[in-house]
Amino acid sequence: MKKRGPELVKSLLSYIFLTALIVFLLFPFYWTFVTSIKTSSELYSQTVTYWPKAPTFESYRRLFGEYNFLKPMGNSLLVAALTTLISVTVSVLAAYSFSRYRFKGRKFLMSMFLTNNMFPTVLLLIPLYAIMRKIGILYTPASLVLSYTTFTIPFSIWLLSGFLDDLPLSLEEAAMVDGANRAQAFLKIILPILMPGIVATGAYIFMNSWNEYTFAVMFTNEANRTIPVALKNLIGQLGVEWGMLTAGGIITIIPVCIMFFFAQKRLISGLTAGAVKG
Amino acid sequence: MIKRNSSIWPYLLVAPALIVMLTVVFVPVINAILMSFQNYDLRRPSRIGFNNFKNYLDVLKDPLFWGALGKTIVWVVAGVGLQFVFGFILALLLNKKFPGRGIVRSISLIPWVTPGVLIGLMWRWIFDGNYGVLNDLLLRLGLIQESLPFLAQPSTAFPAVILTIVWQGIPFFALMLLAGLQGIPDELYNAADVDGANGIQKFFLITVPSLKSVIYVTTLLRIIWVANSVDVIFNLTEGGPAYSTQTLSVYIFNKGNSLNLGYAATLSIMLTLVLAIVAVRYLKTMFQNQEGKA
Repeated sequence: MKKRGPELVKSLLSYIFLTALIVFLLFPFYWTFVTSIKTSSELYSQTVTYWPKAPTFESYRRLFGEYNFLKPMGNSLLVAALTTLISVTVSVLAAYSFSRYRFKGRKFLMSMFLTNNMFPTVLLLIPLYAIMRKIGILYTPASLVLSYTTFTIPFSIWLLSGFLDDLPLSLEEAAMVDGANRAQAFLKIILPILMPGIVATGAYIFMNSWNEYTFAVMFTNEANRTIPVALKNLIGQLGVEWGMLTAGGIITIIPVCIMFFFAQKRLISGLTAGAVKG
Repeated sequence: MIKRNSSIWPYLLVAPALIVMLTVVFVPVINAILMSFQNYDLRRPSRIGFNNFKNYLDVLKDPLFWGALGKTIVWVVAGVGLQFVFGFILALLLNKKFPGRGIVRSISLIPWVTPGVLIGLMWRWIFDGNYGVLNDLLLRLGLIQESLPFLAQPSTAFPAVILTIVWQGIPFFALMLLAGLQGIPDELYNAADVDGANGIQKFFLITVPSLKSVIYVTTLLRIIWVANSVDVIFNLTEGGPAYSTQTLSVYIFNKGNSLNLGYAATLSIMLTLVLAIVAVRYLKTMFQNQEGKA
């Protein structure tokens, strides 16, 4: 079918607009990458170049050599992995309860979890600092794991209850008729089907813990600082190490991007289901 | 089978999540409220003690508080508003079928999963007055005659941080609205075509009303996130120059860093109260919708 003149103009215009938006959204990443492979003389020269004359991985070498970026990477990995494990476990339990039981106080508890995210981070930051110090986990990864677990729980419960609500009750009923108890029915029937949803939720939790800055900067010290804090620390008294900083930035988002592409289908459907259905 | 009535199981299952949340959210909230009524300055530990409403009175007399509150309102309204408009446009464009749509959709979401610190720092480099690429582009296009120190002068710093938060939020809206768009049945549009409606009429009479609940939920969620966000502004400007980018949450963060915890707590209670007004409406809608569903 041939398109009429105005139709063609319209679709051409929308392509132009789409391209412009995508360029706007992606250009900062391109720029960060280009900066990270420039030599420092080119980086700080009067003419701005859009592709390096002599691409070099010097900034990356310095980042791992002089700055020991592996250390904060390890710290971030530890914190994010532990948070994911704990947060997923407690959220699955709570989501199962909200999805499969109707009990007194259910609504109240659900709204309590929701209000959790309404409190400004800065409101909690100061008293939490005092609490962490009192219970002796300030400046240990445990303080971050505990905080991140809490802040990811509400959203994880929301996601997982959505996935659970979509699973027909008849699945468990059949198993329970066959003599399995509720726990067995859950472990043998529900959990395997729920797994993709759990993976997506886990990816969400991991990304959040990997990216968080405000708590990390207060609750860690030199020995256990995470990537976002380490990146910020590259801004020193004498100015910013832009080469190393952009190299660190690229390294930081690579795992997040991989994870996101991996989990995005489930994550997006879970994420939007609540808002769209609701 | 959905179980009704008295079993201890549902409570046991919720308990772990609840316990964690009580220690990390509710206990600190109560602490913050108590702190807000105290003279609690770690630089003067000997003077720590209750001072009743002094902090609150001081806050109301504090020009920086009112300035920050105004900044927060502009920040949220302009930031979320523009995110919404451009996110909506992106969603409409992505709702059309074209080759490679899946990939375009995925990559356009990357800003949304990028750490706030990195967003702040990437844009700080783009806005740089000496080596920044934005200056170079504008110079090449002939829009400016000489480089501007975008983040170093009050007149451009605030628009610059708003541009950054808009960039971060577009994908979120695009994602949510796109899902909403895909849920609108084609019959509605076909019927409108039969009635001879034009594109604009279809947009306002079918598209927008069908997306009402998505729009409502996403904007409110985003308002709360944007109002609370510290990392983007802090890593761009730390609230400067001359407090021109200091929103309330950044002001609180700066006060907390300067160890005047009582005052910081009072400020954060004020921010919470402002947000609570918004949040109450959000929760109401959520539950009204849930009633509809159940």
